Amino acid sequence: MSDSGEATPIASDTPSIYRQEIFNVFIKTLRSDPPALIAAIFILALVFVAVFAPWVAPYDPLSQNIINAFSSPSAQHWFGTDEYGRDLLSRLIYGARPALIVGVFSVVLAMLIGVPIGMMAGLLLGQFDRIVGWAVDILLAFPPLLMALLIVTLLGTSLPMLVLAISISSIPMFIRLARGSTLVIKNFDFVHMARSYGASNVRIISYHVLPNIIGPIIVIGTLSIAGAVREEASLSFLGMGVLPPAASWGNLIRDGINNLFDAPSLSILPGAFLTLTVLAFNMLGDTLRDILDPRGITTRTTTKK
Amino acid sequence: MFYYVVKRLCSAVFIMWAVTTLVFFAMRLVPADPAEVILGDNATEESLQAIREKTGLNLPVLTQYRIFMSGLMHGDLGRSMINNQSVSEQIAALFPYTLELALASLFIGAAIGIPLGVLTAVRRNSWVDYLGRIFALSGFSFPAFYLGILLLLVFSVYLQWFPVVHTFNVGGWVERIEKLVLPALSLGIIQAAYITRLTRSSMLEQLELDYVRTARAKGISESSIQYKHVLRNVMIPVITAIGLYTGAILGGAVLTETVFNRPGIGKLLVGAIAQRDYTLIQSGLMVFALIVVLINLLVDLSYTLFDPRVKYE
Repeated sequence: MSDSGEATPIASDTPSIYRQEIFNVFIKTLRSDPPALIAAIFILALVFVAVFAPWVAPYDPLSQNIINAFSSPSAQHWFGTDEYGRDLLSRLIYGARPALIVGVFSVVLAMLIGVPIGMMAGLLLGQFDRIVGWAVDILLAFPPLLMALLIVTLLGTSLPMLVLAISISSIPMFIRLARGSTLVIKNFDFVHMARSYGASNVRIISYHVLPNIIGPIIVIGTLSIAGAVREEASLSFLGMGVLPPAASWGNLIRDGINNLFDAPSLSILPGAFLTLTVLAFNMLGDTLRDILDPRGITTRTTTKK
Repeated sequence: MFYYVVKRLCSAVFIMWAVTTLVFFAMRLVPADPAEVILGDNATEESLQAIREKTGLNLPVLTQYRIFMSGLMHGDLGRSMINNQSVSEQIAALFPYTLELALASLFIGAAIGIPLGVLTAVRRNSWVDYLGRIFALSGFSFPAFYLGILLLLVFSVYLQWFPVVHTFNVGGWVERIEKLVLPALSLGIIQAAYITRLTRSSMLEQLELDYVRTARAKGISESSIQYKHVLRNVMIPVITAIGLYTGAILGGAVLTETVFNRPGIGKLLVGAIAQRDYTLIQSGLMVFALIVVLINLLVDLSYTLFDPRVKYE
């Protein structure tokens, strides 16, 4: 899509110029690629709505009005009401909060844990790399959803625990990505040079390796948000994520499925919001990949679950 | 080759041991008493004690671990703490349902994904390519359980082609297939999206390579290049990805099983987790790990089929 050409690794003394250039290319790409622009606007709007939910939502998402249960869409209730007469639109708006919080923070946590470990493994190799490799193999042998379920069951269902539970299954991916990219970067002259003047491993990783692999990490991070949003919804759908009466798209779908015959919109609409959000993050990730990772490091060193 | 398989099987045993041990200690280190979960809030101290004795939860953790491990060495996965049924029997009874779902969805995924991936790559930037990419990107974003609900609404509620309520253990194989179609489609369409994306991108990469130009220069027909030469090389990343997704598919099958109310080991394990059935969770996750590791081994071994240059050491 974009024509950013060969992004040769840039020495660590020029990151600010590099960043400015990336940002310009990003804006340029969004201008010339309407679907990506729509995805970006959708995500911005969703963040806005989630942050300002109490002002944006027309009703209190928890206030019940049994007489008005299962009402069809109307001027008062744009998307109708659920089995307790709660306004579906307001519940959808509040449901964006856990989706975005869990989606973003679980990926950030997985990055903070996985990337340094992966870079160290790639840099040091040897025994440390072997142990990390085993840990990754063991983590990958757990089905991600079941592992998250187990963690939430044992540690209790709260938003921080959901973030932790969902982040664990994306850690192996960041370890692999960071390790693979570090293996490439560490053979460049500027790394050898840094070594020759006595830079420590930590300094090499943070000043020389990280700035050069941050692009692919952001790409995989964006795509992982899509996966994490879906995972949060899956856990809530199984009744182990965000617990009712608090709204989450997953538990809205779960409630809706009980009334599939009479009020299909109760499960169709939350699912549509969920799918569009996941789609928007996937599209944004694809666009970022064209800009930040034209050599395809992300596809070669990781394979997304 | 033989040495390679033995080495991989040894690491499989190590991974299974690590998975069970991790789960075993993680569950016992957190402050949650399964006896209380089993009996509910109103249980008396005596009945709690009785349950703990019956299930061995009163013993020191290391003793429990030794008993569990020695059971495993003898091929005994233990008994459920909730209903005292043999864990291996429960898994064996439900495994066929999950397996048929996984295989059917994989078949649908490959049958749609591989041809579509090839087609979109070969006709790059044509309308086929755009439609294929829209399909792949949206399928990639659909949560399987949501797609399942939509299929259920369209085909069972409105068109009434398939039953809404699924009862099992009744009816012959026709009914069994009837119950399999929608769940397999809801998982399979999503896999097809993954496989399309992957086949397309690796196909595009391969079509740029020198051997394709050489083949063209020799006058080999374009379709023969695409299907005989390129597709073979494309299969390796595609099969690798299928192997890597398997764990996610099996674990994710629980959502599909819940939507369609199908029996299966995904649902069995979710129930076990909810009830803190320690034995069933430990052994069940170990079986999952075994499946994931074995499939990855098969995937690695299948590379020689597609690329004779691959050697195992």
